[in-house]
Order: sequence, then structure tokens, then C-alpha cells
Amino acid sequence: MRSNTVGWLMLAPTIAILGIFGIIPFIYVLYVAFHQWNPFGASPDMIYNGANNFRRLVFDAEFLTSISVTMKFAFFAVASEVALGYLLAQLFMKEFPGRGFFRTIHTLPLIVAPIVVGSVWRLMTTPSIGIIPHLLKSWFGYDLNIGRDPTTAFALTVIMDIWHWTPLVTLTLLAALLALPKEPFEQAQIDGANRWQIFWHITLPMIRPAILATVFIRLMDALRTVDEVWMLTSGGPGAATRYVGLHIWKIVFPKTDYGYGAAISVIVLYLTLVMCWILYVSLVARRERKRTF
Amino acid sequence: MPSRNPLIYVALWLLLSLLTLFPIYWLFVISVKPAVDLFTTPSLFLDAIYWKNYVNVIGNETLRGYMLNSIIISSCNALLVTTLAFLACYALSRYDLPGKENIFFWTITNRMAPAAVFLLPFFLLFTQVFTLGEWKLYDTKIGMILLYCTFNLPFAIWTLRPTIDGIPKELDEAATVDGASTWQVISEVIFPLARPGLAVTLILTWVFAWNEFLLAATLTSFNARTITTGLSEYVTTTGTEWGAMASIAVITLIPALIIFSVVQRHIVAGLTFGAVKE
Repeated sequence: MRSNTVGWLMLAPTIAILGIFGIIPFIYVLYVAFHQWNPFGASPDMIYNGANNFRRLVFDAEFLTSISVTMKFAFFAVASEVALGYLLAQLFMKEFPGRGFFRTIHTLPLIVAPIVVGSVWRLMTTPSIGIIPHLLKSWFGYDLNIGRDPTTAFALTVIMDIWHWTPLVTLTLLAALLALPKEPFEQAQIDGANRWQIFWHITLPMIRPAILATVFIRLMDALRTVDEVWMLTSGGPGAATRYVGLHIWKIVFPKTDYGYGAAISVIVLYLTLVMCWILYVSLVARRERKRTF
Repeated sequence: MPSRNPLIYVALWLLLSLLTLFPIYWLFVISVKPAVDLFTTPSLFLDAIYWKNYVNVIGNETLRGYMLNSIIISSCNALLVTTLAFLACYALSRYDLPGKENIFFWTITNRMAPAAVFLLPFFLLFTQVFTLGEWKLYDTKIGMILLYCTFNLPFAIWTLRPTIDGIPKELDEAATVDGASTWQVISEVIFPLARPGLAVTLILTWVFAWNEFLLAATLTSFNARTITTGLSEYVTTTGTEWGAMASIAVITLIPALIIFSVVQRHIVAGLTFGAVKE
């Protein structure tokens, strides 16, 4: 057995960097969450007000709405991205001419910065000057107006997110599929397993860790999306796309209510953590149980 | 595998590529239009190309500086993150460290923080805490390279771990029996087999660092200002200079595309070398 010291040494730089840039700011935000503070106002002092920020939050209808729309957004976006991403990764596993070229093309959305993605989608969909409403109108007679219809605006943010982030899922799952050993598949085919059986009993269990990691990362990123949605809809119409990241942004910057923003951040961080933890424990525990049989 | 006509896949991908490319095509369309034309009835195809936006952008020395900063920061960050994550994943996968699963989970919590509130603590750290006399971490490339680890390092660890875990431990053991040191196992057994995963991690962390906006906008002013932030300077409260913004955006795609094509080859190379044998 090799000594664990080497293992700790390999982890040390990661722990040090994340400790310094992760934990210190977090402690600070936690501290601020118990204060009333407007650092840009006339009296920039922090005033201790106990758990008032947290109490206020429970009755804040805007905050509660933003949580529920964020969850809906994260669910629809991440579920579609994982399903679509897996399908595309499988398609890339086949041999066909121009595969590398198409793979590069399919990755392009990822390399567009979020603020640019939001801006372009806005220019494409703004009524009267956007190409998409224009085409929908002249081809199908359908009137698309994201400024008026909450459902369309919500759907559009989901579609934009799918466009931007499915390539990430495809890439990570493709890397996982490429790393799989070939023998079990050949064996299963010799044994006469059909496509669905191979998927369900061999592929899925073997790439489950990769799927889990991808779902996690997409989920937490979807829960804190700001730039893209801000550029596309600014949270409107009404509160239809006012996702929690945007809500925090609006409280901290235009309203400069820093203490309250910090309290919301702590709660959102806590909720994200709990959600991810439950997902992680249930899925990992299931995998471990299976392994013992 | 029962092989179907590969042309079906080509046709399918052509169709998918149209959908994928459309917003990028539109970005290009915006970048080659004079501002007044943007607010007329749109047409799908261009009838005239107006290169003035590109000429302005390429002639702008400040923007060229931002571009160079972006390249340095993203490349150093991606290399640092991938190296650290590779070591960390190897440790998590091969050593029996007490509490390692908790550490693994803790790393990802660093990516969950809503950015808006965490900007100010970072700003204070960079301007008041990490200082040496006159020197501050604020507006330095090294500061941004380290800071981007907070969201890139957890990502890299989480995407790399399944790959490292997927490499059979028997391979390490066989190499160790043959007299290889830990370092030799890592460099000669694990590294070649983990190449597809490492390539994907490298490119994605590079892209995340390249596209990051909020932190760069808050924590840099000139010396370490990145191109995404430079681009956002065209989005102002009084209106957006769409043409200039779009042309910078199109230009920023080029380095990313080059890096991607280079690394892409390694993903494919990983396919031929990465056949894991039991």
C-alpha cells in the first residue's frame, strides 16, 4: 500500500486555492447576510440586524416566484440538454464522412460568450426587427412576441439555454463513451442483446458517473444563470423569466441592498447544495448498492 | 455494429448544423451591417457587406491588448486547472484518503455561488487583502488566473473523475509490480489513457475562462482586462453598438476555434490510444 501522504500532496494545491478563493468570500457573505448594508449609500456602515434579512425573505413574493420559475427553467433546460446531448454523442460514435468537421461545428455555440449569446438571441427575436418573428409571420402567419407573452419568453430562454449548452453535454458524454472498453459490447452482441438492452444494461450503468457529473454541473449553472437571460429578456415580461440569479443581481445593484442580497445568496446556495447533495447521495448510493450484489 | 448508410448521418448532421449555426450566422450578419440597417425589416441573406466594424476593431490597439490578455489568462488557467484536477482526480481515485468523498463534493460547492453577491468579497480581497505594499492582486493576470480556478477547478475535477475512475486499477498495479514509480504510473499509464477526458477538460476550462464576464468586469481595469469585458463596453445604458459588439464577438470566436480544432485531434487520438484493455 502506497503512503497516503503522496495522495494528500496531490490534493493540496486544489484544496489551498479553493480554500482561499472559495471559503473566505463565503464567510464574508455569511457575515454580511446578518447586517443591513448599503455600501454605496449615504450611510455606508453595516448595521447588525440579526436574522431580519432571512425573516423578510420568507414573505418576499418576488423571491418565492423567482425560485419557482428558476426551478422550472433548470428542469426543462437540463432534462432536454442531457437527453439531446446523449443522443448526439451516440450519433458521433458512428463512422461517417466529415465527422470531425461536424463535431467542431456542433461545439461552436459553447465558444460564444454568454452575454453575446443573449444579445444575438435578443436581436433575432425582438418583434419587428428580429428575423425569427419575421419569418414565422411570413411563413406560418404566427405572431411571436416575447415582450408580451410570458410563456413564449420562458420557452425562448429554455431554447436558448439548450442551444448554448447541449454541446457541453455532448462533449463530456462523448469523452465518457470513448473511454469505455469495447469487450462488454461485443460480448452482448454475440449473446444477441438488442439495442435497448445494451443501452439499459451496459452503456447506461458504465457512463452513469459521467452523466451524473454533467447533470450536476448543468443544474447548478442553470440555477445561477444571469448574463444570457438578462440580455435576452431582462427578466420579463412581468416576472416570467426573472430567475433567482437575476433577482439577486437586481437587489444588489440597482437597489444596493447588499445585506438582503447576501441573505438570498446564502439561502440559494444552501438550496442548491441540498438539492445536489440529495441527488448525489441517492444516485451514488444506488450505484454502490448494485455493486455489492 | 450493423452499419447503415453513412450518408444518412451526413444528411442529419447537415440539418443539425443549420440549426446550430444560425445564431452564429446571424451574429456575423449583424457585424457586417451599418447600424441603421439593423432596425429595418430583416432579410435572411446579405445583399451588401460592410466591413467598417471589423476595420475599426482590428485597428483598435486597446482591444488587441485585451485579446492578448484573454489568451494569456485563459491558456494559463486551463493548463493550471487541468494539471491540478488531473492530480486531484488521481489522488481521489487511487488513494484511500479519509473524508475524500466529502472533499470531492466540497469542491463542486465552489461553483454554486450566485455571482452577484460574491463580487464584492472578491473585490475586497483583491484590493485590500492580497496586497504587498503598493502591489495588489486587483487588475493582474495572475489574479484572474487564480480566481478562475474557483469555478473551473471544480468543473474539471467533476468531469475528469469518471475518466480516471474508469481506468482499471489493475493497470497501475501491473506497472507498479514491474517497478514503476508513482510518477511513472501517472505519466506513462494514466496520462495516455486519460487523454480524451483531459482534452475535453482542457478545452472547456479554456472556453469558460475565455467567456467569463462578471468577475473580469469587476476585478480588472486595464492591465488584465479581457476581450469579453472589452466587448461589453459597447453595451451601454444609452444603447448598444451592435455592429462593433458583434464584430468583436466574431473575432473572439477565431482563437477559440483554433484551440478547439487543435484539441479536437487529441480527442480523436484518445480514441485510438484509449482502448482500455482489461
